[in-house]
Amino acid sequence: RTFGKDRVFNTPLSENGIAGFAIGYAAMGGTAIAEIQFADYLFPAFDQIVNEAAKFRYRSGNQWNCGGVTIRAPCGAVGHGGHYHSQSPEAYFAHTPGLVVAMPRGPKAAKGLLLRSIRSKDPVIFLEPKALYRAAVEEVPEGDYEIPLGEAEVLREGSDVTVVGWGGQLNVLAKACDLAFEKDGIQCELIDLQTLLPWDVETVERSVNKTGKLVVSHEAPITCGFGAEVTAKIQERCFLSLEAPIQRVCGYDTPFPLVFEKYYIPDEFKNLEAIRKAVDFSQ
Amino acid sequence: KEHNFYGGHGIVGAQVPVGNGLAFANKYNAKPGENMNVAIACYGDGAANQGQIWESANMASLWKLPMIFCIENNHYGMGTSIDRHSSHNDYYKMGNHIPGIRIDGMNVLAVKEGMRFVKDYCGSGNGPMYVEMMTYRYHGHSMSDPGTTYRTREEIAFARSTRDPLEFIKNTMVDAGFAEPEELKAMEKKIRKQVQQEVQIAKDSPKPDAETLLKHVYAADLTPYNQEYPDHIRMPDYEKSFWKN
Repeated sequence: RTFGKDRVFNTPLSENGIAGFAIGYAAMGGTAIAEIQFADYLFPAFDQIVNEAAKFRYRSGNQWNCGGVTIRAPCGAVGHGGHYHSQSPEAYFAHTPGLVVAMPRGPKAAKGLLLRSIRSKDPVIFLEPKALYRAAVEEVPEGDYEIPLGEAEVLREGSDVTVVGWGGQLNVLAKACDLAFEKDGIQCELIDLQTLLPWDVETVERSVNKTGKLVVSHEAPITCGFGAEVTAKIQERCFLSLEAPIQRVCGYDTPFPLVFEKYYIPDEFKNLEAIRKAVDFSQ
Repeated sequence: KEHNFYGGHGIVGAQVPVGNGLAFANKYNAKPGENMNVAIACYGDGAANQGQIWESANMASLWKLPMIFCIENNHYGMGTSIDRHSSHNDYYKMGNHIPGIRIDGMNVLAVKEGMRFVKDYCGSGNGPMYVEMMTYRYHGHSMSDPGTTYRTREEIAFARSTRDPLEFIKNTMVDAGFAEPEELKAMEKKIRKQVQQEVQIAKDSPKPDAETLLKHVYAADLTPYNQEYPDHIRMPDYEKSFWKN
């Protein structure tokens, strides 16, 4: 109503074309928000995202940029998604310098992060955990507010073990932390990375220096998942503070299963085991 | 930047959806009553079958974008001749329902007038157009391609003697009385000297300093960690990496 019906429109089913189109529009100074129906469909657009969007500013020596581009896609398990409607592709994009990759954990964070992403002068891949579209209920402030990119948030403080996640996984981790406290009195420090590229190393480093133990969890397959980056960086920075090997609780190395989804996902019980293992090791 | 040239692209064909976006920006920001600015994406016959180009053609036609798909047909996709890499070699027809024209790319007058028509057609809201420029490439595709393993030297010599664009211009001007041969010779000498000067400037320019490696990955408002240039790493010796004849 305010801006005319040309401002938002449907596109043909051509992800590479859509991504390139958004990049071109942003290169002319516009703000382009491209929506890809499922994060699993980002792969046809991978060429445009990695070879064009990520490199635009760098290769033109800052003469051009496509910072106005934001690509939004729903990601993550949803109960019945199977191979092609459940993937969490954050690791593929976090491997590309020049991109920003963000994932909110709920409605309030989504609004703040999305506004910041749209206004950011870098191309942002904004992944939205689709299971939260219906499941999450939260008070969202009206009006304009932004959550800075590149900053993690400590959701609860604790002194026994640091637990790190992003997106929908934080609900699972919160349950695991609750269980750990109820059953074993373990106090977990829960951190939401919010932005995966570039990620807030200092916040996690500070926390692990305090607790000496780290558990990272994500739905994506464990090999080369983003948890691997967190683990590598933290062992480099916090080697002498670590009292236990860093635990990764992730999906198995298979395509995302349909029938076996419940066995596959890193639920709160698997995370509880990992938390206990880290704490036991250190004692 | 001052010539609105948005740069080269590693993946041939990737520039076409981006060009679509440029065209869309032109359309979206067009002032009513004036012709829209057009966007032109140039790519070779080899790239013409890239999937993203078909995607872009659809979008450009659907939304009537002022977009020009310019195929530079030099008859070889790197080292593969067109009848070996494309099932359809009338590239100007590749748009299906999108109108296309074929222009003799070696004839500068044809190019000028043809593009004038195309720019007007696209800019007035008729939608995209496919333009096929018939041209030829004398040298190989890149420094490592001698250019003779997939075609005969006679073919190259023939093209050079009959279709060379500069010869065409020179002969036309002399025959029509617009210029004397001596004038053109003097002009050539001047141009050669200018090119040599530019080459010398390029060769004498210093390499960028080490910090440029890490600059401009992101805009200034987001400074990722670990972007300081590590001072224990030495850059390679540039001199040793030049390929010398």
